[in-house]
Amino acid sequence: MTLSLDPTPAGTATSARPAWRSRLHRWEGRSAPYVYIAPFFLVFGAFGLFPLIYTAWISLHRYRLGGSMSWIGLDNYIWLFTNPQFYNALWKTITIGILSTVPQLLMALGLAHLLNYKLRGRTFFRVSMIMPYATSVAAATLVFTQLFARDAGAINWLLGLVGIDSIDWRNGDWTAQIAISIIIIWRWTGYNALIYLAGMQSIPQDLYEAAAIDGASRWQQFLHVTLPGLRPTILFTIVVSTIGASQVFGEPLIFGGGQPTGGALGQYQTLGLFMYEQGWTFGQLGRAATVAWVTFAVIVVLVLINTWLARRRERAA
Amino acid sequence: MTVTAGPDTTRTHRVSTRTVTEEPPARRRTRRGVTSAGPLACTVLGVTAVLFVLPFYYMIVAASRPMSEMAQLPPPMTPGPLLLDNIEKALAQQDLGLALANTFFVAGVVTVSTVLLCTLAGFAFAKLRFRGRTQLFGLAVGTMMIPPSLGVVPLYSLMVALGLAGNLASVILPSLVGAFGVFFMRQYVVQALPDELLDAAKIDGATMLRTFWSVVLPICRPGMAVLAMLTFMTTWNDFFWPVITLDSSNPTVQVALANLGTGYVPDTSVIMAGTLVGTLPVIVVFLLLGRQIVGGIIAGAVKG
Repeated sequence: MTLSLDPTPAGTATSARPAWRSRLHRWEGRSAPYVYIAPFFLVFGAFGLFPLIYTAWISLHRYRLGGSMSWIGLDNYIWLFTNPQFYNALWKTITIGILSTVPQLLMALGLAHLLNYKLRGRTFFRVSMIMPYATSVAAATLVFTQLFARDAGAINWLLGLVGIDSIDWRNGDWTAQIAISIIIIWRWTGYNALIYLAGMQSIPQDLYEAAAIDGASRWQQFLHVTLPGLRPTILFTIVVSTIGASQVFGEPLIFGGGQPTGGALGQYQTLGLFMYEQGWTFGQLGRAATVAWVTFAVIVVLVLINTWLARRRERAA
Repeated sequence: MTVTAGPDTTRTHRVSTRTVTEEPPARRRTRRGVTSAGPLACTVLGVTAVLFVLPFYYMIVAASRPMSEMAQLPPPMTPGPLLLDNIEKALAQQDLGLALANTFFVAGVVTVSTVLLCTLAGFAFAKLRFRGRTQLFGLAVGTMMIPPSLGVVPLYSLMVALGLAGNLASVILPSLVGAFGVFFMRQYVVQALPDELLDAAKIDGATMLRTFWSVVLPICRPGMAVLAMLTFMTTWNDFFWPVITLDSSNPTVQVALANLGTGYVPDTSVIMAGTLVGTLPVIVVFLLLGRQIVGGIIAGAVKG
């Protein structure tokens, strides 16, 4: 480029080059935003959106691990909706979801309220609340599996101190679900408390002062100022927790000693485990895709129901 | 529920005495605008904090004693002398050493890439004008609501087709950049980067890339650091997809831990030692920088 420009008179060269460069400059300025956001959309398109949509296509095929796909129409869905194991997994996902999410969010709300007080050592409390969140599913479940052991577990020992007989946590139906829910609650309560705390701190102080002048007690202030102010935050945590609850996988997998059956009777087999069992234990990827797609539909329905319930309760309050 | 009910009643009393003495409530309030915690609130918080930390303590106790002692009733309450022995045994199991190296590599690559690419996109969404900005940002944030495990069957087929199943690249590629990071960095850039600086760079004739490198990156360093810690932690703990795509011959720490728990290792103390080793890096990062991480989680949670 510079070589070919050399023979031309100096005047034209200097006036031509800035024009060329400024055009490039302007083009760079216009295209830069798209170039900057492109990596995200490329990665999401390739490893997020494409797999999600392609799941629907695969669910219409017979597709064995390591084999090729052959079209079978809706057979996988017929298989799924006539399969008692699916309804069991759906039911367990819902019960574990309720057992883990409801106490978790209520306790998080209470903790956030307490953490919002002026407090000595607040950083210590906040960090200790969030430590479980930093622990992996695998590590947390391995520890709790020891704590919930039938014969030498610390939890049965503690229960024994108050006169309760040893509980066979893993083999009972509800006990296994409660144990798994406790692991989930332990990991996520502090995280949700921090999110509520952030929401509480963004509520304008004037509202509390106005309420106090009107003679509202702390409890009334909590009901009539804090809760309405937290409305979007609470809705957010409900939606996120619902999605999380539909994905429960690692806890029941490791709690069951790495078996995706969810206990001898499937008493804690969630939809995630059911999908994993179909796809990677039985090698039925087509059926696994069907489970995934139906799970997605369940999530959409649950989120809509939750949002609707939350809205309605707010209006009633 | 008793957790919330107790302290609130004490608070009710305090407020009512204050109204009796006719103290303006605003004066007692601190800068944060909140009254200080009473003894009951402190007790409840203290007990909760202990409950949250206790499993870690149990992990250390169990990892430092022989399994037979952990089976006694009452269980031992203090750490024993066998920590290093048990860790040594654990490292020999399930290639835990290889798993640690693998996970440091995966989490390192993902963290660097996520922080750079998310800052780039976050900057564009925060400060650059272009057609479709609002819609594209909404789309990016909306993708956070899609659970990644739903597309796992095609993702697995894709990795098999690319010859990457079982390879660490199959774990790295989908995590190179994420919606949460884009959202987080966009919020950070909006409040940290004054428009005047960008205008000045423009007047000086800096190209976009140059502006990003010399103006945006230095200013965003604190936000990038928080995102880096969160990304490292999330990647270190990632479970579902690595368990599917990786096998025990080339595992990440979480895959190795899952295998430790499958019953082939009968010694629970060794399992706890392995768990401790697999958790330690994140816990160390956390104890050193917990305050910043908490700040980052709170900042990421605040939304319109």
